[in-house]
Amino acid sequence: MNIHEYQAKQLFQNYAIPIPKGRVATTAIEAEKIAQELTHESWVVKAQIHAGGRGKVGGVKVAKTPDDVFTFTHELLGTHLVTKQTDCGGLPIDSVLIEKTYPIKRELYLSLLVERSAERLVFVASAAGGMEIETVAYEMPEQIITVTIHPATGLQASHCRKIAYALKLERAQHSQLETIMRGMMDLFLAKDASQIEINPLIETESGELIALDAKINFDDNALALHPDIFALRDVRQEEAKENEAQQFGLNYIALDGNIGCMVNGAGLAMATMDLVKSKGGFPANFLDVGGGTNVEKVCEAFKLILADGTVKAVLVNIFGGIVKCDVIAQGILAAMAQIEVNIPVVVRLEGTNAEQGRALLTNTGLKLYAANDLNHAAEQVVAFAEATA
Amino acid sequence: MSILVDKNTRVICQGFTGKQGTFHSQQALDYGTKLVGGVTPERGGATHLGLPVFNTVDEAVKNTGATATVIYVPPFFAADAILEAVDAGIELIVCITEGIPTLQMLRVKAAMQGTKSLLIGANCPGIITPDECKIGIMPASIHKAGVIGIVSRSGTLTYESVHQTTQQGLGQSTCVGIGGDPIHGMNFIDVLRLFQADPKTKGIVMVGEIGGSDEEAAAEYIKAHVTKPIVAYIAGQTAPAGKRMGHAGAIVTGGKGTAESKMNALKTAGVEVVNALTDIGVAMQRCL
Repeated sequence: MNIHEYQAKQLFQNYAIPIPKGRVATTAIEAEKIAQELTHESWVVKAQIHAGGRGKVGGVKVAKTPDDVFTFTHELLGTHLVTKQTDCGGLPIDSVLIEKTYPIKRELYLSLLVERSAERLVFVASAAGGMEIETVAYEMPEQIITVTIHPATGLQASHCRKIAYALKLERAQHSQLETIMRGMMDLFLAKDASQIEINPLIETESGELIALDAKINFDDNALALHPDIFALRDVRQEEAKENEAQQFGLNYIALDGNIGCMVNGAGLAMATMDLVKSKGGFPANFLDVGGGTNVEKVCEAFKLILADGTVKAVLVNIFGGIVKCDVIAQGILAAMAQIEVNIPVVVRLEGTNAEQGRALLTNTGLKLYAANDLNHAAEQVVAFAEATA
Repeated sequence: MSILVDKNTRVICQGFTGKQGTFHSQQALDYGTKLVGGVTPERGGATHLGLPVFNTVDEAVKNTGATATVIYVPPFFAADAILEAVDAGIELIVCITEGIPTLQMLRVKAAMQGTKSLLIGANCPGIITPDECKIGIMPASIHKAGVIGIVSRSGTLTYESVHQTTQQGLGQSTCVGIGGDPIHGMNFIDVLRLFQADPKTKGIVMVGEIGGSDEEAAAEYIKAHVTKPIVAYIAGQTAPAGKRMGHAGAIVTGGKGTAESKMNALKTAGVEVVNALTDIGVAMQRCL
């Protein structure tokens, strides 16, 4: 789960990580008032959305007067911001963060994340802050410093020293960095984060280290342990259909093709998309209906797929294991009786009792086609989609 | 021969009396797995499915001589269940549970270092040696005793590979689902090493997916150590970046963990990489 920058900064504050002075606003009047209260000569207005790349597309603006803060906030609120990291519809701006500006001497990078292959938490730091760390890693890998933390011993002072020296911090800044790293570590462990990123971590002209930006992702598997974190969720920043699907135990991700896919198992769902694409078709979605496929789930899955008006044909690909194919076929028939399906549906059933399942789906009077194998099914559904496109 | 489990493997079940534990234990018994008991705290002394129930894994091991366990407990109790099995000296721990927090698994894996226990999963279908021992949730009927070792990160793609190798008449020596979580037990390399050493295994099917770098690491290992023919398939060739595709571990981030990178690494290692899922069985037949 993602949260907004302003929420991440509030968490930072709880863990003694220094952040710029500022507050979040949901109206232009409020924003102007915050600017006045902060008494300063310039402010930054930052659109709050769940994506990076805001600065390049006008989502972060520097204001010279509280009047400008009002104007910029007024312009941003209620619009959608499209960045490199969003889809073409962008994400809604419902709030802005108003902060004091700081004289920047250097922009650094600091993050903490789970390194899968090492099975450890790893701090990543770089003196090349302000740009995407992936770009730094690719173009100047020598600029990347990493420190691996063993779960039994946790963060040590030497870990902080290694990064402090590598970043060429002044001696007096070493303890500031250690406070920040300890804060990140404590926050990460206490709230089951999956990534904490400060980019940039600025060094001000007066030598202070401040988290100018803040990004935190949380482990979805642990959210139930942290109601305070779950409460920070902003569903308006998420795909409405993905959330709807979740309520029915379905895993749905929208794509931009015209062939709806309904599959059991995440791996098979991906493989089905790959196969449709290799036959010249374009999948409209990833949809995993999970293990215990029942009539209700199949119904909801059809509704989700059909709600996407661009879908021209549907491929149902089920490998029947413990749940037998004939039972699944009955589920599909029951679902199609409940909801009107006016586009061709190609079904591939394999596994236990596959033949009985296929027999049930033949000669039904519906636009239902039981394929003998997966290759054939993929070819058939691509042909249907092309014919009606 | 086979790897890790055979007809003599004595298995217990943690979460034995729960809904999942009960259902899949019955299926395992029907298959002929030597299930010798189960563990549910506070239910010790009872009999379930005709087998003894114990309060602790330690007690179960001492009374039954079990060397393997399968875990069906809910996600927030699973890390504890794995560690309890490690403490009791269980050699093979198979954790089916989906949804264990990553930080818990990170600690579990660190705690397991230096112990004699092996972990399969979590978030996996389990392990089966056809006609001998089934530990997990895979459908029994599609398997056939034979010569192909299968190792996969995905449940249903394991079944597809099993089905295709059965249809080709090859059958399987042992099938291992290593699971879809970012931090998990045995990885491709661990299983490949065992298949290479197993005389019954003539060929290997390896099914990977986007996310992480286990497949790339496996490719390096294969180049140096595996002489048996391998067919590989990687799911998620068309998956969009930054989206978690069902499995917690299946995500492409910052240009890393793409199907393309994995496929190229495996091709370079001499592995027969198929583009389509449906070609696995045929390709395996051809490579033998």
